[in-house]
Amino acid sequence: MLIGTVVLAGLALGLCAVLVLTDRLLPAGRDRVAEQVESLLPRIQCAQCGYPGCRPYAEAIAAGEADINRCPPGGEDTVRRLAEFLGREVVALDTTLGSASMNRVARIDEHNCIGCNRCVPVCPVDAVVGVQQTIHAVIAAHCTGCEICLAHCPVDCIDLIPRDA
Amino acid sequence: MRFDVAPGPHTAPIASVPITMRRVLYALAPAALAHVWFFGSGFAINFVVATVTALAAEAAVLRLRRRPTRVPLNDCSAIVTAALLSFAIPPLAPWWIPAFGAFCAIVVAKHLYGGLGRNLFNPAMVGYVVLLISFPAELTQWIPPRMGDLDYQHLAFLAHLSYSLTGALPTDVTVDALTRATPLDLVKEGLRSAQTYSEIRAGSLFGGIAGRGWEWINSFIALGGLYLLYTGTIRWQIPIMLLVGLLFPATLLWLFDPDRFATPGFHLFSGATLLGAFFIATDPVSAAESDRGRLIYGAGIGFLTYCIRTWGGYPDGMAFSVLLMNSAVPLIDRYTRPRIYGRD
Amino acid sequence: MLEYTPDRRPTGGLRLPAHKEASTAQPIARGFVPRTLVLALQQHQGPPTTPVVRRGERVLRGQVVARARALRSAAVHASTSGHVRAIEDRLVPSVHAVHRTRCIVIDADGEDEPLPPGAGSAWPEDPEKQLKSIRDGGIVGLGGGVFPTAEKLGPQTPCKVLIINGVECEPYISCDDMLMREAAAEIVDGALIMRELLAAPECIVAVERDKPQAIEALLEAGRASGDASLRLADIPTIYPTGGERQLVEMLTGEEVPSTHYPSEIGYICQNVGTAFAVHRLVRAGEPLLSRVVTVAGDGIARPQNVETPIGTPIGELIEFCGGYRGDVDRLILGGSMMGYALPNDEMPITKGSNCLIAAARTEVRQDFSERFCIRCGNCGTACPARLLPQELLRAARDNDHALLDEFGLTDCIECGCCDVICPSHIPLTEVFRNAKFAHARYQRQEVFSAETQQRFRRHEERERADVQRGKDLQDQIRHEVETDEPARQQAIEAAIERARQRRSQDTDSE
Ligand code: SF4
Ligand code: SF4
Ligand code: SF4
Ligand code: SF4
Repeated sequence: MLIGTVVLAGLALGLCAVLVLTDRLLPAGRDRVAEQVESLLPRIQCAQCGYPGCRPYAEAIAAGEADINRCPPGGEDTVRRLAEFLGREVVALDTTLGSASMNRVARIDEHNCIGCNRCVPVCPVDAVVGVQQTIHAVIAAHCTGCEICLAHCPVDCIDLIPRDA
Repeated sequence: MRFDVAPGPHTAPIASVPITMRRVLYALAPAALAHVWFFGSGFAINFVVATVTALAAEAAVLRLRRRPTRVPLNDCSAIVTAALLSFAIPPLAPWWIPAFGAFCAIVVAKHLYGGLGRNLFNPAMVGYVVLLISFPAELTQWIPPRMGDLDYQHLAFLAHLSYSLTGALPTDVTVDALTRATPLDLVKEGLRSAQTYSEIRAGSLFGGIAGRGWEWINSFIALGGLYLLYTGTIRWQIPIMLLVGLLFPATLLWLFDPDRFATPGFHLFSGATLLGAFFIATDPVSAAESDRGRLIYGAGIGFLTYCIRTWGGYPDGMAFSVLLMNSAVPLIDRYTRPRIYGRD
Repeated sequence: MLEYTPDRRPTGGLRLPAHKEASTAQPIARGFVPRTLVLALQQHQGPPTTPVVRRGERVLRGQVVARARALRSAAVHASTSGHVRAIEDRLVPSVHAVHRTRCIVIDADGEDEPLPPGAGSAWPEDPEKQLKSIRDGGIVGLGGGVFPTAEKLGPQTPCKVLIINGVECEPYISCDDMLMREAAAEIVDGALIMRELLAAPECIVAVERDKPQAIEALLEAGRASGDASLRLADIPTIYPTGGERQLVEMLTGEEVPSTHYPSEIGYICQNVGTAFAVHRLVRAGEPLLSRVVTVAGDGIARPQNVETPIGTPIGELIEFCGGYRGDVDRLILGGSMMGYALPNDEMPITKGSNCLIAAARTEVRQDFSERFCIRCGNCGTACPARLLPQELLRAARDNDHALLDEFGLTDCIECGCCDVICPSHIPLTEVFRNAKFAHARYQRQEVFSAETQQRFRRHEERERADVQRGKDLQDQIRHEVETDEPARQQAIEAAIERARQRRSQDTDSE
């Protein structure tokens, strides 16, 4: 009886220790975690989360530095999936960060575009095409609706329109 | 003209849970009557106590979980659990035995796992095993069957009821005078004390194939099982494979040494073999989900039961085997998924 | 013609009450002329047709009112004579649901005046032209799939077997059965025309065993045709063996891979109604103007099969069958398993409408309360695609797209077997239908996300490379300038020289 109790309790404690140690000592493949977290994000690189793209945000989440509710385009769905994957609590989406949605795309009003070319380099996915002094255009199939280019247009000629329109 | 719309398919459903459960109860009825005939009113008392407890426990838990109570209560699944439990409990048990068993079955095995459809283990068998482990003495109080030439003594209904509720026996009887070991016990004990099988079989409790009385009850159970098969309530995979898994090793070993191993017929008509094959192992919730998985699941239960009966510490092993195989179900399911049409 | 029984058992499926007695008790009613026609421009799977008539114009029976411009399309014809009242958007039943599409609305004048004889073009010799002729004849798959027939008969992977589908396994529907009984010779002729077009070595007509009269008639017609490549397979009466994939497996033992159409592995399936339409087109020059529609259900006064002009409003067809009887609970287009309920009876019969059920309360599902899944496995046993609906259900309700893929959501043919057999009355099929939409959206999103990620990576790399290149250039100049004294002197002198020249130029120009 006594021996049994001791052996079983010892076994439980020992295995417990092994689990804790492996968690502490092994680097836990942070990169792999970050990669998987990234694959759960919308990956549209809009930077609304406050990080310069989805990967940095994913790394911050993996390192436990960021909340999981900072991705507006992903919405509640993404929060839920992240929570499930990471074993964290589901939290409400942080609505203060922005309203980018994957259902919209940018469109350049060709009557007003002055061909300044400022929108081209800032687009994170190279969705704007055009060279200086010509009218620019957005490739709707590539645009993620991240709103980044809007602020860079000096004549304010970029709008967001529904994706299917 | 305008019409209401509803999603298809529009054909009305051709099966329902209450109907399924009710069929199971009908199928058990003849065996229950035979039980009462051979072993007295104990079964009836146990069944009523277990049913009342099961329904009350179910209602209480549903209330606690803030779930609607009407629909789950009228699906009869709690009554089926109670009935199966009553078949496993000896007739001469105090009232709190079936009550406690039913309580464990419903509250622990069923609702703590999420209710009907979510339970990993067969509720009736969990209830029975809890009883078997906690109250071994009470669970051996079997009585001899009502057979003309046997020396048996049965309590009248009222006497039985009062024994069940208060533990008081009529003045001229003792528990020991009423109880007798079951055929499975006799075989186990006998073989252990180096008797040969045929010597044991010569005892007065044994009939042509297995224990007297038991043969009849089990025949009625088989009849009920055939009714379930006929109505499509259960499918053949589990019962057939369970019997194969049990009888195949039984036949082999019996042919090998008929003195030390019981006949396949004895195994078939003793203990919970047929009840298990047709009624317990076929509980859909805790069984494997695909047809192929069910073959393995059934065979596993049969084989484990044989092992426990022959080499284990308990005379019968159906309950343990069912629970063991229940725990193997996720694994079986994982490896027996049917190949989807048009995919490799 | 040889009759044989395939020696395979269908996977899954259910034996369901047929409900076909009432509508097969009398011959197909013919000669029905509606008062109005609503001809949708898109009655097939593919791009819509282009109208070629104007408002107010008089059209004759058989006249093309909308032309097929695309290859995967089929023309639309006026099925009776009358005046074009309008060309407008209307709600029209399509394969899986009602959708809004452009329609030509015609007020029929009751004269049913046909085009003058000889107006239709004769059947051409050249196979290419023959296909065009089928397209212009407006012929599509009449079994309900409405895939343009010309496209299916076109040159593609060589056809091993042409399968003429007369299985018609779904409850209530009996239009194919009646057509086979009454026009077996025409169907066989149509089948042989298609076999010729496909250069198929073999042609199997598949009919369910519960249609002895149709089988008898077909055998007779087959014998009369004297063609040795024809065979008739009698199929066990189990729903849904009439599904293309199920039928191919049943007849050939081959499974159609998930990612392919049956035609891509050499099996072309055509409905018996389509064969009949091809016969009419080739032998009589008549395009697809009408189809046989089963009008059934306890809520109809005279259940029967009616040869219905395409575009007939459903209300008029019901009227022709004696109107509604008693309380009609639901009006279902299609059979009782795969059909869907219509919100009203103002919509037209299209090329794909095979059956109309005016259902009384007692014959359709009323109980929509569901219980927990008890894992009974009935659904998996009944599933013809060998799926595990209970697992799919869990994955669908959890929105777990990886699991949905693994358990084969897209392989579900929405036959409804799992649903009908489920003792817990879980609306599995509906869940799967909705999940398919969500899943497709999710997959599009995933592809887009992955591409976006790639683009972003390239963008970043380029930016980094740009910055790097700039730095490199600066470094190089600084390096050269700092390490090489003569070069440095030279550079300074060159700069002074340049400045001097500019100055002298400036003074010159003054
Ligand atoms: S907010 Fe934008 S950049 Fe940040 S994770 Fe979401 S999609 Fe990516
Ligand atoms: S075009 Fe504008 S809105 Fe679209 S992805 Fe590029 S920066 Fe974002
Ligand atoms: S509806 Fe889908 S899952 Fe259900 S039986 Fe049919 S094919 Fe299988
Ligand atoms: S038929 Fe219904 S209850 Fe049975 S396993 Fe399938 S979903 Fe569950």
